[in-house]
Amino acid sequence: MREGRGAPVVDVADLVKDFKKLRAVDGVSFTVSEGEIVGLLGPNGAGKTTIIHMLLGLTTPTSGRVRVFGLDFGRHRSRILQEVNFSSTYTDMPYSLTVQESLRVFARLYGVRRREEKIRGLLETFGLTDIRRKQVRHLSTGQRTRLNLSKALVNDPRVLFLDEPTASLDPDIADKTRKLLKRVKEERGISILYTSHNMIEMEEVSDRVLFLHRGRLLAEGTPAEVVRSFRAASLEDAFLKVARGKDAGGKGTALP
Amino acid sequence: MKFHRIFAVFLRYFYIYRRSGTRILETVYWPLLDLVLWGFVTLYLSRSAKGLPQFVAFLLGALILWDILFRSQQGISVSFLEDVWARNFLNIFVSPLTTWEYLLALMLSSLLKILIAGVVLTLMAWLLFSFNIFLIGISLLPFLILLVFLGWAIGLITTAIILRFGQQAEVLAWGIALLFQPVSAVFYPVSVLPPILQAVARFMPAAHVFEGMRSVISTGAFPKRELLVALALDVVYLAAALAFFFWMFRVARKKGLLARVGE
Repeated sequence: MREGRGAPVVDVADLVKDFKKLRAVDGVSFTVSEGEIVGLLGPNGAGKTTIIHMLLGLTTPTSGRVRVFGLDFGRHRSRILQEVNFSSTYTDMPYSLTVQESLRVFARLYGVRRREEKIRGLLETFGLTDIRRKQVRHLSTGQRTRLNLSKALVNDPRVLFLDEPTASLDPDIADKTRKLLKRVKEERGISILYTSHNMIEMEEVSDRVLFLHRGRLLAEGTPAEVVRSFRAASLEDAFLKVARGKDAGGKGTALP
Repeated sequence: MKFHRIFAVFLRYFYIYRRSGTRILETVYWPLLDLVLWGFVTLYLSRSAKGLPQFVAFLLGALILWDILFRSQQGISVSFLEDVWARNFLNIFVSPLTTWEYLLALMLSSLLKILIAGVVLTLMAWLLFSFNIFLIGISLLPFLILLVFLGWAIGLITTAIILRFGQQAEVLAWGIALLFQPVSAVFYPVSVLPPILQAVARFMPAAHVFEGMRSVISTGAFPKRELLVALALDVVYLAAALAFFFWMFRVARKKGLLARVGE
């Protein structure tokens, strides 16, 4: 197992998830180190979202071990989640609350000290100050994504799980979001586990990628290492080899 | 258990009600409609049937108390659905909030709903039909609390079923309490039920509450026995509902349904 640069903050060993007869995650092991952005990639049904849900305690693993900050997740759920946060393109903030109210609710939920000051800072960082009194239902997709991300940083998390955070964003907003994530990572030293179907984004943002297929970890390393291991021209090329290998009904002959 | 987390979830519901006129209207619309309808029916009956002077008190008292049960049930299940509809459920459950804290927040929000509906109904019953529920006396208070507990138990069961079977089961949030109404002897005494349903009613906390209410109104005496039986049954119902909820919550986590219901 390859270690990242800093001390591991997320340590997953032999993670398995069965849904009836389907093995969605099959003995996956990996670590995420301090201050590292790790990209989880793979075709639909590879097990990316299921892994994130297990790391957040939303889904119980069939077997395996999840340790965050050296603590067993099952035993220390609340303590761990106090320093973790999550943003997904598939979740939203309460529609009838304003931007500011939404952040107030989550700041209280995480017991943030000096809440108003914190919220002001987040509104400014994510360019939401002018629309702070606007109800979530009236926000554009880009504004909602920025609000979701600001909620994800409200508790100054040490680890951030992002499930396709730039899906449904136009290229301009997606680019700004990526830059923002990199800046946040540099400034705050946050570790980020990230899923995306955008391979260019993965190459640009990730320090390391984990390539999943049918619940198994096929390859891991820096984007360049993974590209080499697939004898591909780019991550996208590697992705297509995996996806089309599956479509052909084979076991992925193009895989390393 | 952290109070700030319970308060945060409650605050989220409070903001919705503060902002949404339709939510407040929804909370008071049906009970008000019932009140006006039953109020006129009882006026008519009390004028025609002179031997039953307590019609207004019996029926309007029952109506207000039933609505409290209904609102307390909805306070749990509809508040839960608010998070599901807004796709906010996952955001809440990936926070350090515990399941117990979430349930307590739902119970607090249900008290808010009861307060809104209770105040409006009491006021309107007094204004339209000169019916002052407070004249029934303080003896009614313990029965009222027992109805709230029963409403929470039904709300927890409804929520657990929605967790397990998804949003297709959400219709239960509006209908499940009504299933209990015929055997709860809300508007009539248990004695009018057929023997088999009388046996069922003995195991319904609400039936003892409504029998107790009628006893308070008609004799003024405090029905200690009805209260104790209702209390014992309430404890059993609430404990069973909590056990069922936690069981379904575990099943939902195991089957990955918790994540799916929130997306």
